[in-house]
Amino acid sequence: MGRYVLRRLLQLIPVFIGTTFLIYWLVWSLPGDAFAGKCGDRPCPDAYVQAMMDKFNLGDPLVVQYGKYMLNVLQGNFGETFRGLDVGELIGDAYPNTIRLALVALAIEAVIGLAAGVLTGLRGRGFLDNLVLVSTLFLISLPVFVTGFVLQITLGFELKWIKTTVSASPAPWEHLIVPGFVLGSLSMAYVTRLTRTSIAENKRADYVRTATAKGLRQRRVVGVHLLRNSAIPVVTFLGTDLGALMGGAIVTEGIFDIKGIGSLVYDGIIGKEGVTVTGVVTLLVMVYLLSNLLVDLLYAVLDPRIRYD
Amino acid sequence: MTDPSTASAVTTAPEEFVTAAEHAEVKGNKPRSLASDAWHDLRRRPLFIVSAALILLVLLMAFWPSLFTSVDPNYAELGKSREGPSAAAWFGYDNQGYDLFSRTIYGSRASIIVGVAATLLTVLIGSTFGLLAGYYGGWLDGLMSRIADVFFGLPFVLGAIVILSSFRASGDTSATQIIFLVVLSISILSWPVCMRIMRSAAIAAKQQDYVKAARALGASTSRIILRHMLPNAVAPVLVYATIALGAFIGAEATLSFLGIGLRAPVVSWGVMISDSRDVIRVAPHSLLFPAAFLTATVLAFVMLGDAVREALDPKAR
Amino acid sequence: MTTTQSEVDFEEPGQVPGAPLLEVDDLFVEFRTRDGVAKVLNGVSYRVEPGETLAVLGESGSGKSVTAQTIMGILDMPPGFITGGEIRFHGENLLKASARRRREVRGSGIAMIFQDALSALNPVFTVGFQIEEQLRLRRGMSRKDARKRAVELLDQVKIPNAKGRVRQYPHEFSGGMRQRAMIAMSLALDPEMLIADEPTTALDVTVQAQIMDLLKDIQVERNMGLILITHDLGVVAEVADRIAVMYAGRIVEQSLARDLYRKPGHPYTQGLLDSLPRLDLKGTELRTIKGLPPSLLNVPKGCPFNPRCPRVQDICKTEVPPQHRLAPGRLSACHFAEELISGD
Repeated sequence: MGRYVLRRLLQLIPVFIGTTFLIYWLVWSLPGDAFAGKCGDRPCPDAYVQAMMDKFNLGDPLVVQYGKYMLNVLQGNFGETFRGLDVGELIGDAYPNTIRLALVALAIEAVIGLAAGVLTGLRGRGFLDNLVLVSTLFLISLPVFVTGFVLQITLGFELKWIKTTVSASPAPWEHLIVPGFVLGSLSMAYVTRLTRTSIAENKRADYVRTATAKGLRQRRVVGVHLLRNSAIPVVTFLGTDLGALMGGAIVTEGIFDIKGIGSLVYDGIIGKEGVTVTGVVTLLVMVYLLSNLLVDLLYAVLDPRIRYD
Repeated sequence: MTDPSTASAVTTAPEEFVTAAEHAEVKGNKPRSLASDAWHDLRRRPLFIVSAALILLVLLMAFWPSLFTSVDPNYAELGKSREGPSAAAWFGYDNQGYDLFSRTIYGSRASIIVGVAATLLTVLIGSTFGLLAGYYGGWLDGLMSRIADVFFGLPFVLGAIVILSSFRASGDTSATQIIFLVVLSISILSWPVCMRIMRSAAIAAKQQDYVKAARALGASTSRIILRHMLPNAVAPVLVYATIALGAFIGAEATLSFLGIGLRAPVVSWGVMISDSRDVIRVAPHSLLFPAAFLTATVLAFVMLGDAVREALDPKAR
Repeated sequence: MTTTQSEVDFEEPGQVPGAPLLEVDDLFVEFRTRDGVAKVLNGVSYRVEPGETLAVLGESGSGKSVTAQTIMGILDMPPGFITGGEIRFHGENLLKASARRRREVRGSGIAMIFQDALSALNPVFTVGFQIEEQLRLRRGMSRKDARKRAVELLDQVKIPNAKGRVRQYPHEFSGGMRQRAMIAMSLALDPEMLIADEPTTALDVTVQAQIMDLLKDIQVERNMGLILITHDLGVVAEVADRIAVMYAGRIVEQSLARDLYRKPGHPYTQGLLDSLPRLDLKGTELRTIKGLPPSLLNVPKGCPFNPRCPRVQDICKTEVPPQHRLAPGRLSACHFAEELISGD
């Protein structure tokens, strides 16, 4: 097991470097004047340009720039924006909001998705099954910003049940319920379908029949024997989804004006703050890769047949 | 999509048909090939019929918008700005006074073009890499899989924003160039999924005894790839491509909505939704209609993919 | 969980004193599928007494496992439908019993072991957990006692190092050990009746014999009724007291084991015996039964075996043969059963 973890960690390194370098290259080295619009309508003074060039190592070859940047990041120093704000602090302010949002979304998709999936998987074909199937298809097809807008208008502006924007930071949990639902709606549909398929596949498994033949109650057969096996793919999906939710929060945060890293990076791109963009993306990639690794390990815990040697 | 011959090359793994012994002879029908069986099955599925009809309708709109409306989508009457639906303009007018019905019809073309082009490019890149990685294995497989991991590690929306904004910063871009960039960024971020599907199908095929035999008999690489591996992967890739097509149409809209995708004078559903952003409270119909068409189209493709998947899965029957 | 009421020693309300341990009486089951109705069981009857081993023999699709599943109440319904007949356990008709009563009978009255122990055991729980589960939930044992009992049971089925083995998962067992664990699990609630559905089919030949011996020993020791389902005449030769041969959802012959081997009373049984490889006939060509078992969606008119029967006559194609009583406890569903027995 230990050796497996080590091997996976070593495998992560090239992927991590590749992804972050890709982003770095896209942000910093594409043609175009990095200083356009930084000093009002006029071109920036040479002295300013020179200072900035030095500050961001823009004179070095790209690989060296990247190397210097990464060394700093690994020491916890995310650098400063053009305007001199500390990116580490910006991220530190924004990150809790996004994590909260992602956790709310994860909780919603897990609870609703699992419940709907188990119910339809056990019942088999019928009205409820079709209803759930159609609604999951609908959720999958509905772009997140449409869901967001519709809920914002109906629940917020018309019915006044929710606040239309969550500009407070740190964002209060109860204000994040609807945005969390919007963010998690797509994955919720996937969780439902995954659970449903998993349950439907396993419910005719031999070991379920054995459990019944042992004279166990139906509730125990389903709740212990069937669910424990069917949960394996669902739990792994939920694990990888946490990272994906944080990276995908950008639209939801935009609609509900949540001060998270999604809006931070969006503002960074619009305002050409390369340091912010690379910082946030680097962090997100790290979270994503680590959550994938964790899921792999979780898999081994959930399914004793899998041994990594 | 509805042509059965596209799937006729799907090879059938013989063991898939050996069901539990006790039930085996309950089905006493003559064996049919998986593809024709799937086609036969598909035609009876309401899900398939509904989605195919919807897709045909959208395609018709994209190719001959004039069949549906005679109003010029680029003719604005500011005086009618934000007017609601009426007999003259079924969907009403948007902020600029454009006829929403006409724009929704004409908007299908850009959305479909982006969706189809992005799907083709994604499948092309993904399958090529996947086949090569699966066939050759070893270090090539390792390298390609790591490259795929690199692109897979980028969150989609974030990656697309970075790519699009970086490339667009490099000067003025025409409408065609923007469409090209949107297609490119969608494909660049999506091909790893397709590559993984293709790779596992190729590896599964490689381990089949008849492929081993063909190799032992000295069949050429290209023959093994084309005759044995590709057919094996057609079914899963077909399913993926159908669903992805829908998803990419949605992605185009998301990017336009964020202000980095297509933009005026191009008319697309995403552009319309983006335009409606600021007037959403006073003129919700300017969001509602393009969003409804967008959702229905995506839904149609996702449903089609679902139906095809179920029809191609012998175990599901 | 109520655990005390279903013990063997208690007289259950529906039970009839002196009745046979298990009787299957004229059982009809059909599968309703999209392709049509398959008549899987067409009037199956047999009985088993304590200490007796009945071997149910037949090709796959003959209905032998469906009968067993119907007895246990674990038939998938739908597509399965029980359209007639009774299953009596100590005289109590299980098909009329409440769901609760049926559950009580499972495991403690009638237990079952399955063909493929790897898929029949839950892969994510330890073998110990799966044995202890019944003891804790149905006997109200503490974890500690249940663990002790589980180790005893594993010892009884001759699994070496039972103490360490209880903590292992099914995939860590070898095929034979897994089947032993399965048997230990089925014995946990001291059943009066054990149904073994092809218990050795998935195993190596040498291991097969060990498992059969084990089953026989346990049966004698506990005076259990045993139904042994198999498609292999060779397996049952030594252990079966009586044999029921099934074909297309019917019992075509039922007999004491030694009588059946000496003189089969049905052409199908004859065919099965002829297709066994024999050392004394080395060098001669092995005889087989020609053709395939019929589709249950479309069973031939008359005797279902008639298209494959070497002795087929006109009457076989039109009339379903009744059960001929050839001797006490010996039945054959062939129009020419008497001739077969008396002839050459």
